[in-house]
Amino acid sequence: MLMQPRPQESVLVTLSGAGIRRQGRWLVRGVDLSIKAGEIVTLIGPNGAGKSTTAKMATGILKPDEGSLTAAAGLKIGYVPQRLSIDRTMPLTVERLMRLTGPLDTATLMAALEQVQAGHLLKAEVQNLSGGEFQRVLLARAVARKPDLLVLDEPVQGVDFAGEVALYDLIGTIRDKTGCGILLISHDLHMVMAATDTVICLNGHVCCRGTPAAVSQSDDYRRLFGDVGRGLAVYNHQHDHTHLPDGRVRHLDGSVTDHCHPDDGHHHHGHDHQHDHDYAHGHGKPTGAERAADHA
Amino acid sequence: MLDDFFVRALLAGIGLALTTGPLGCLVVWRRMAYFGDTMAHSALLGVALSLFFQINLLVSVFVVAVAVSLLLLLLQKRQALSADSLLGILSHSTLAIGLVLVAFMTWVRIDLIAFLFGDILAVTPADIAFIWIGGAVVLGFVVYLWRSLIASTVSPDLAEAEGLKPERAQLAFMLLMALVIAIAMKIVGIMLITALLIIPAATARRLSSSPEAMAVTASLVGALAVVLGLFGSLYQDTPSGPSIVVAALALFVISLLPLGSRIIHRSPAGDQT
Repeated sequence: MLMQPRPQESVLVTLSGAGIRRQGRWLVRGVDLSIKAGEIVTLIGPNGAGKSTTAKMATGILKPDEGSLTAAAGLKIGYVPQRLSIDRTMPLTVERLMRLTGPLDTATLMAALEQVQAGHLLKAEVQNLSGGEFQRVLLARAVARKPDLLVLDEPVQGVDFAGEVALYDLIGTIRDKTGCGILLISHDLHMVMAATDTVICLNGHVCCRGTPAAVSQSDDYRRLFGDVGRGLAVYNHQHDHTHLPDGRVRHLDGSVTDHCHPDDGHHHHGHDHQHDHDYAHGHGKPTGAERAADHA
Repeated sequence: MLDDFFVRALLAGIGLALTTGPLGCLVVWRRMAYFGDTMAHSALLGVALSLFFQINLLVSVFVVAVAVSLLLLLLQKRQALSADSLLGILSHSTLAIGLVLVAFMTWVRIDLIAFLFGDILAVTPADIAFIWIGGAVVLGFVVYLWRSLIASTVSPDLAEAEGLKPERAQLAFMLLMALVIAIAMKIVGIMLITALLIIPAATARRLSSSPEAMAVTASLVGALAVVLGLFGSLYQDTPSGPSIVVAALALFVISLLPLGSRIIHRSPAGDQT
């Protein structure tokens, strides 16, 4: 049983300088990342940035063409792929899908489904589920395996806004309860959750990384995502300034600047952001500049 | 009892249908109907090569079917042509090469019709033994690899990430297909093997609520089609292989009727493709 949180420092997978090349083109290159037990690492980036490819390297689905993957011995992975197409000719109930890659006792199976409010779907055929229901069932299936590492490739696609918040909360809860490591992929920049320990921005390579708060402040991140990015870490934001329509920022002290940077002296709280979630394993809150300075 | 050609035909046909049931389901689920057809058509090239090199017919058919499927996978990885174009090229060119080679060998006289459409009434006790032993081997592997086969049908990526080795399952699946084609050729013939794989599976879909139930049902439906087809062929004096396929089709059509309401009740939403 893996219900006991693992020691915090146990590293589950490490990618070093890893890249994938297809038809003479690098899909993603030079990725360094490691996921520890109890840690949530979130990959964000535009379409085609190599997020799914990176996740596939971390899970061993794709062998890196350069660099390497190191995985802990006997590592058990739970995977929610981005796309899944099940032919209509296959009679597959939710119950059978839950046992797709390994046997599962009924109690564990039901508990996992109840956790995502999908208990009533037990006997439903998977082809008849809505997009949101299907995603929740896939998450339940991956969690029910009691994995050491949970890899979620855009787990909230097709889920409505309220469901999205609930699902992100649930992912945080799963980490707290089981102590597994989580690799999360999101293209929805507004919703990168506060429970994330490390955000990695990808665009063919690692552009920047750090805590959600730190990354949202980094210039690299801004360059990559422009104004959209300001919604990042929405739970953490201290509203001591206003973004003007022309992109400039008015601070509480009335001054107007081109950017809002924690060190520009206009912010009351500096970069001491508040987290909505209390981490079971607490980590120091690094300054934005420290973490975000880690360029690729 | 084995002295009677009709009893031998029944035994051979039923043995084959039990084997093609689960394999046919996998073909349908994996959307590989045309792939199976291509492997079957390549069997004629196997026949020609066996005559030319004077090697065992079944071995030759098996080897050629495996070679063609491997070639296909190789060409698909290069992605120069779409999969269905590649299948069309390989399917018909192996069939044509087989026919041309046979025509070149003026010293052999073979019954082409028997190879193309089967000659179930001519099976020998040795054939029956081969069908049942070969079938047992195929089914044994299918059962052993079942979880991996199903998981990699749903998602090869997911199966790989969770440690089920989908590539091994894929390779095993192709070898089993080749073996079934070698077995089935004599019964229903090269042109109709795919029908015996797909039609019982499609019929079973309406009657099953799990992959496992569908695999078993497909076997039973196939066996029923063999019995009905052979009796029909006996009383109406029709060719036996095609009669079996017609019987399978009739069962498929019947399966659509009483359960029609179930299809209507299915909501069109939630198609995960």
